Amino acid sequence: MTYIKPTFRHPGLKKNKVGYVRADYEGAISTLCAGCGHDSISGAIVQACFEMSVEPHRLAKLSGIGCSSKTPTYFLSNSHGFNSVHGRMPSVTTGANMANRDLIYLGVSGDGDTASIGMGQFVHAVRRNLNMAYIVMNNGCYGLTKGQDSATTDFGSISKSSGLNDSFQAIDLVGMALELGATFVGRSFSGDKDQLVPMIKAAMSHPGFAFIDCISPCVTFNNNKGSTKSYQFVRDHQEATSTIDFVPHEEEITVDYEAGTSTSVALHDGSKIHLDKLSPNWDPTDRYSAVMRLQEAKLTGDILTGLLYIDPKSRGLHDLMKTSKRPLNSLQEEDLCPGSAALEGINAGFR
Amino acid sequence: MKPTNLNDPEYFHKVVDCQYACPAHTPVPEYIRLIADEKYTEAYMVNWESNVFPGILGRTCDRPCEPACRRGRVEEKPVAICRLKRVAADNKGDVKKHMPQGPFKPNGKKVALIGGGPASLTVARDLAPLGYEIHLFDEWHKGGGMMRTQIPAFRLPEEVLDEEVNYVLDLGIHTYFNHFVHSMKDEILSKDYDAVFVGTGAPSGRKLNLPGFEEAGDNIHIGIEFLASVAFEHKKSIGKKVIVLGGGNTAMDCCRTSRRIGGEDVKVIVRSPFKDMKASPWEIEDAQMEDIPIMNNMPPKEFVVKNGKLKGVIFGKVYADYSSGRRKLIPTGEPDVFIEADDVIIAIGQDNAFPWIERDLGIEFGKWDIPVLHEKTFQSTLPKVFFGGDAAFGPENVITAAAHGHQAAVSMHLFCEGDNLVTDRPDPMTNLYRQKMGIHEWMYDSPVVEDVRYKVGHEDKKKTLRDRKVEVELGFTALEGFKEAQRCLNCDVMTVFDDKLCIECDACMDVCPTDCITFIKNDEEDVLRLNLRVPALNTTQDLYVSETLPTTRVMIKDEDVCLHCGLCAERCPTAAWDMQKYMYSVTKTYEMEGCCSK
Repeated sequence: MTYIKPTFRHPGLKKNKVGYVRADYEGAISTLCAGCGHDSISGAIVQACFEMSVEPHRLAKLSGIGCSSKTPTYFLSNSHGFNSVHGRMPSVTTGANMANRDLIYLGVSGDGDTASIGMGQFVHAVRRNLNMAYIVMNNGCYGLTKGQDSATTDFGSISKSSGLNDSFQAIDLVGMALELGATFVGRSFSGDKDQLVPMIKAAMSHPGFAFIDCISPCVTFNNNKGSTKSYQFVRDHQEATSTIDFVPHEEEITVDYEAGTSTSVALHDGSKIHLDKLSPNWDPTDRYSAVMRLQEAKLTGDILTGLLYIDPKSRGLHDLMKTSKRPLNSLQEEDLCPGSAALEGINAGFR
Repeated sequence: MKPTNLNDPEYFHKVVDCQYACPAHTPVPEYIRLIADEKYTEAYMVNWESNVFPGILGRTCDRPCEPACRRGRVEEKPVAICRLKRVAADNKGDVKKHMPQGPFKPNGKKVALIGGGPASLTVARDLAPLGYEIHLFDEWHKGGGMMRTQIPAFRLPEEVLDEEVNYVLDLGIHTYFNHFVHSMKDEILSKDYDAVFVGTGAPSGRKLNLPGFEEAGDNIHIGIEFLASVAFEHKKSIGKKVIVLGGGNTAMDCCRTSRRIGGEDVKVIVRSPFKDMKASPWEIEDAQMEDIPIMNNMPPKEFVVKNGKLKGVIFGKVYADYSSGRRKLIPTGEPDVFIEADDVIIAIGQDNAFPWIERDLGIEFGKWDIPVLHEKTFQSTLPKVFFGGDAAFGPENVITAAAHGHQAAVSMHLFCEGDNLVTDRPDPMTNLYRQKMGIHEWMYDSPVVEDVRYKVGHEDKKKTLRDRKVEVELGFTALEGFKEAQRCLNCDVMTVFDDKLCIECDACMDVCPTDCITFIKNDEEDVLRLNLRVPALNTTQDLYVSETLPTTRVMIKDEDVCLHCGLCAERCPTAAWDMQKYMYSVTKTYEMEGCCSK
C-alpha cells in the first residue's frame, strides 16, 4: 500500500518572495484516477500560486460537486476552502467575496457542476463580473457517476460509457461566457502547463470574473479513440491563439516581444499579460474578433486555446456596486451604526 | 542528450548508491529488506556471497556505503548499513548448510596463497568449490591476518573472527600456519603451483625518527605491532601516561587499547587540524567517549629521554594554510609544548613490504615498492602470480580486500583454464523484475518512513575498560534493526520508464514528492540540468533521459533525490512507469559459465 506521500522534499527547492517553497502550496494526495487531467490542473494551480507568491491564507478555494470539485483538497492545504452544494459554488463565492473583498477567490468546477446543475449560478456570476478566477475542469463526462455524457460532450464524440453522442449539441462554455459579457475568457488544456500556468496567474490578477475552460481528459471514461476530450485528440487538434506570458507588476520584462505579432495587456495592478499571437485576424481585447475566431475554429474542427478575450478596463463587482473599500467583515459596530447624529444627517437629506 | 542506455548494467547499478560505493558491490537494499523480514540467515548469506565476512564487517567495516547512502541527501543521516549487517550476523540461524559443501571434486590444479588475511581467504573461498587444491601460508598461528592482529577484540570478538575465518578454512583449505614465507623463489615458485596469490597486506608500520627515538627504546611502540602483540597477549600492560601519535583508525585502536591495559592518561596528538583526521568519525567518537582527548595542530619534535627512560614528547604548534590548494602546516610562533608520557605509540601509517620476494623472478615493483599489476585482473608481471588486498595497491580496508580477492580468484581461474583474463572475464549478472502485486501494492515496502537514524547501545564503560575483550558496541536489537531497516529507501527498486506507453498526462511529475521528473524539450546536459523543475546540481548523479515523446519533449528524471516511493508508477495511468527490482551481482568464480558447481 503506497498511498502515502512522503514528506521529504527536494532539499534544493527555491523559496518565493513570501518565503514559501512550492511544496507549501500542495494539498493531500489525490484520490482521483491515476492520470486524471484534474490532477494536472491542480499541479498548475500549485505552480501558479507559488510563482505569484500568494500567501496561502490570502486565498479561498471554492468548489461544488464532482471529480473537479474534489480537487481543492489536493492543492493549497493552507488556504481557506469551501466545498459547496452542487452547482452553487458561484453563489457561495459571491457571498464570501461580498464579505471579504481582500481575498483571492479561486473557484473550481466541472462541466456538470457548471453547464448543467449550476448553469443558473454560473451565468449570473459572469454577468455580475464577480472578482474571481473560475476554472472549469472540463472532461466532457460525468466521471464520478461512471462517465455518462455531460452537457459539454461534443456532438459526434464517443465515450466509453455512453458510446457515440449523435443526439445533442454541446454547450460551449467559452462562447457562452463571451456572449454573457465575461471580461476574461480563456481555454486551455490540462496537458499544456506552459500555457495553463500563466493563464491561471493572469486570471487570479484580473479584476473581475476570469473564466478558464480547461479541457481535462477523463482517463477512465473519456480518453478513448473517438473522444474529442482525450489526450491524443486534444493534442492533435489544439490550436493556440497565442503564447501567453504573465509578468507580475514588480518584475522587469526580460523577454523580447516581436513587434506586430505581440500584444501586451496591462492590468490594474501594473501586471502585464504578454500574448505572442499565433492567430491572424484576432485581437484579444476585441470581443467580436474573439467570437469570430472561435466560430472559425469550430468550422475547421480545431480546439482553440489561449487567452481568447480580456477587457483591460474590467471593473469587478465591488467597484460596480461602489461598496466599502474596507472588507465588510472588518466593519465594526461604530462603522455600521454611526449614531443618532449621523442618522439625523441622513434624514435631513431627505427633507 | 541521448536517451539513457538501460542495457548498460552500470546505469541502474549507479542508482543503488550504497551498492555502487561498496568495493565488493554488496546488494545492500536486498539484505536490508531480508533483515526487516526477519530472514537473518538469508540476509547473512547475501552478504557472505558478496563480502565473505558479514559478522566482521558488520562491526569493523570502513563503510564507504554510508556516506554514499541516498538517505543522507534527503535528511541528515544515512541508513546505519554497517550495523544492520551485524544484525543479520547476530541473529542468523544455521548458515553453514547454505554454503558450498565439500569435499569438492579435485580439478587437478594447485594454488598457493601467501598471507591468511581477508584477501587470501576470499580467494580461497571462491576457488575451493571449483576443486582447486589450496595451500594457504601465514606467519601467525591462526588465519585472519590484519583482522586478527590489528583490530582489537573490543571491536571484534575473537569468536566472530574465528567463526567466519573457519567457514572458509573448512572448505578444505590446506593451511600452513606459523609459517613465514621467506623466499618466493625457493618456497613457492619452485613448487608445482599453477597460480600464486600474494595477500600479505601492508605489514610495515611507519617509524618516526625524531631525536630521542633510539634512546627511548622499548617505550616507543609502532601502532600495528603494538596491536598485534596485545592481541597475542605478548604485551599485557602499558604505562599510565600514553601519547598516541597519528589520526587514523589504527591510532584510535591504539589509544583505546592502551586505556584497557593500564593507560590512565591517554592522549591522541595529531600534527594537523582535527577535521583532517583520517579516522572514521564513529571511531573518533568512541575514543572520545573513553575519555581520550585529541589534541590537534601539534607536530612532534623530540622524544625526551632522561637517564635512559622516556619522559615525554616536545611538540610544536602550527596552523593549517590551504590557500595554495595544498595544505601547509605553518608554525604559529607559540612556544613548544612538553607533554609527559611513559609510553608513546606511533600510528602514522603503514607500508607494503616484500623483502621475501626476490627481485629476479620477473615480478616487477614500481614506485614505493608496490608491485606492478593489471588494475582489473590483479595479475603481476609474472603471469601466474597475483596480488590483492593491501599488498596490491597499498593500505585500504577489509571490504576492499574482499573485492580484490573475488577479482583475483576470477583471474586465477581464467588463467588456470587458459582463458584470456580480460576478454573472457565474466560480466556482472543483472536482472530487472516487476514489483507490482496489485493496486497500491508492491513487493517492497514503498512508504518512506521518517525515523531518524537509530543509535546503537554501548556496553557499560566501567566494564569495557576493565577487560579489553568485552565488546563495546552491543549491536541493534531485532526491533531496532527492523526500524532502522525500514529507513532504507530501496534504491534498487528502479523507476523504469517506457516512452511508448506515456500519454504525457503529467501525473508522475505532479505527484513526485521530490520533483525528480520533468517533461522538457531536449537539450545539452548542462542546459537541461539548470532547467528542470528543481535544477539538478549534483552532477555525480545521472539524468535518466527518455526517447522523444509525441509532444517532441523528453522525460527527464534526476536520480539524485528519488525516494523510490513508487508514486510515479502508482499515478501513471498507462504503466509507462514501473517499479522493477534491479539485481546486480559481481560474478564469482563458482558462478562462471561452464563451471562445475552450477
